[in-house]
Amino acid sequence: MVNPLADREQRLAFFQMWFSDTIPHSKALGIRIVDARRGFASMRLDWREELVGNPETGVLAGGPLTALLDGCCGMSVATLLKEPKPFATLDLRIDYVKPATPGQAVIAEAECYRITRSVAFTRAFAHHGDAKDPIAAAAGTFMLGTKGEVTRPQSIGREAMGLEIKP
Amino acid sequence: MSRLLERLAEVRKSGDVARLAEAIPYARWMKIAPENGTGELLTRMRFHDDLIGNTFLPAIHGGTLGAMLEMAAIFHLLWETETETVPKIVNITVDYLRSARPLDVIAAAKVTKQGRRMVNVFAEAWQDDRSKPVATANAHFLVTSADEPSAL
Repeated sequence: MVNPLADREQRLAFFQMWFSDTIPHSKALGIRIVDARRGFASMRLDWREELVGNPETGVLAGGPLTALLDGCCGMSVATLLKEPKPFATLDLRIDYVKPATPGQAVIAEAECYRITRSVAFTRAFAHHGDAKDPIAAAAGTFMLGTKGEVTRPQSIGREAMGLEIKP
Repeated sequence: MSRLLERLAEVRKSGDVARLAEAIPYARWMKIAPENGTGELLTRMRFHDDLIGNTFLPAIHGGTLGAMLEMAAIFHLLWETETETVPKIVNITVDYLRSARPLDVIAAAKVTKQGRRMVNVFAEAWQDDRSKPVATANAHFLVTSADEPSAL
């Protein structure tokens, strides 16, 4: 069986729909999906005045970065789920290593480096295009199999990544 | 002096703490503002549809809880301590305890340790029942006190 979303553009459009456009807060932030592979997610947040924390400098508040990194870490987990299951952020640590440059878009890149039956472990960085010069670093853990129904984003591993096919 | 600190000086006279949020575009956009009606400084994030992260449950996006806990810590530091600069966040760790329903979220913060350059703050957020927090956070902030050259 051929992975239905093997085409990169189609796959990113699919992730854009389910990880930003249909999640009200992500949509409100205007999050764009940059990349999605197994265990890896990348998103972009464009600068805008409403997201500023310090009006004197125009530097983004911490909050939009927190939401971006949380969403990006969560998406990296979803790309590895062989079976659709509900999951939720258990904890998220963010180190703000450098202020974001006003006017510039922020790129987040997250890796889910370990997934077990109950917990998934992720790391992420936010930067302006050079991953070696980060604005923020994050570590997020996710609880798998939480209560509630499986959402579409949580079943994306199988749909978009073809994970029902044994590698 | 920054606009936020000017605002703080006004608010100290008028007692209208909600005005602190007006100087921060992100706080206005998120409908996050401090209040002190009960004598305790609390920070409220008013529910609106843009906060939703899971439309199926439905639940508020975890990122917004981290964001409002961070704002609660900043408002607490501005209001309750003698800071001469806007506190600069170094890091924050958020623990998610329960899914947050489509309701207002309220947070309280307290200083765990006040150093001359670094402050450790704990913040806790709940909805209708304070004994059932939805998220907690620990954060470090760089601050500047009168007897210390700027650490920022």
